[in-house]
Amino acid sequence: MEHVNGTDKGNVVLYALSTCGWCQKTKELLREMGVAFDYTFVDLLDGKEQDDAMNRVEKFNPAGSFPTLVINNEKAIVGFREQEIREALGQ
Amino acid sequence: MTFTGINEQDVDRAYDALRKDAMDGGYRLNPDAEFVKNLIRGLLKNEQRYAYRACPCRLASGKKEEDLDIVCPCDYRDSDIEEHGACYCALYVNEAIADGTRKVAPVPERRPPRSQRGTMKERAVQTVAVGGGATFGSLPFPVWRCKVCGYLCARDQPPGICPVCKAKKERFERFL
Repeated sequence: MEHVNGTDKGNVVLYALSTCGWCQKTKELLREMGVAFDYTFVDLLDGKEQDDAMNRVEKFNPAGSFPTLVINNEKAIVGFREQEIREALGQ
Repeated sequence: MTFTGINEQDVDRAYDALRKDAMDGGYRLNPDAEFVKNLIRGLLKNEQRYAYRACPCRLASGKKEEDLDIVCPCDYRDSDIEEHGACYCALYVNEAIADGTRKVAPVPERRPPRSQRGTMKERAVQTVAVGGGATFGSLPFPVWRCKVCGYLCARDQPPGICPVCKAKKERFERFL
């Protein structure tokens, strides 16, 4: 997990792919909002690590798709949904 | 996005080729050229690490036989353009989005989740079951269907490349 410093809005974890345009946009949005978050590029993980990450993604998003943004281990926003992300992590 | 080992000339070349193929087949690319080039960087990266152009917005397994459905253009593109105006990555879009009269919205994942995904072997069995040999056994040629665009042709073997969408032979299934 890579950490990005910013305002603490709880535990914010972005599961992304290094090659995916919408994942990139989601990451940029979080940076622009100045939210503290962790992210991981699941495609760059190996074997068991990747499997563990996929299991976590699927727990919150059964489709296992990217980007999956998990907030406080309870809510997931799937896809680049700017409005929803701003509402969930805004002021 | 920048990746090591991907040079910008290759990206530009791939962009021109993709655009031409799209136009020739009646498809449109996303009008945001920079966004498209980012996806192409992902495609080229995947080609480099997996040896096939797996969808940059999906996690590839690295085993081609498990990923044939997500080799770009994927099996889900046409249905997603029809229903959502864009393919899953928004690389390919419909007329309204290409002309800028409509905006791209997130496209939900149509590919079955890992747990429900059959291997190619199981899928091949399904294909045989669908191609009702008993009923259509009298046809002089088998009919092959391109899983990407639905193109049908009656001949001994599927074509090497789909004349409509340029998908390779391996993307064809026996239809009749």
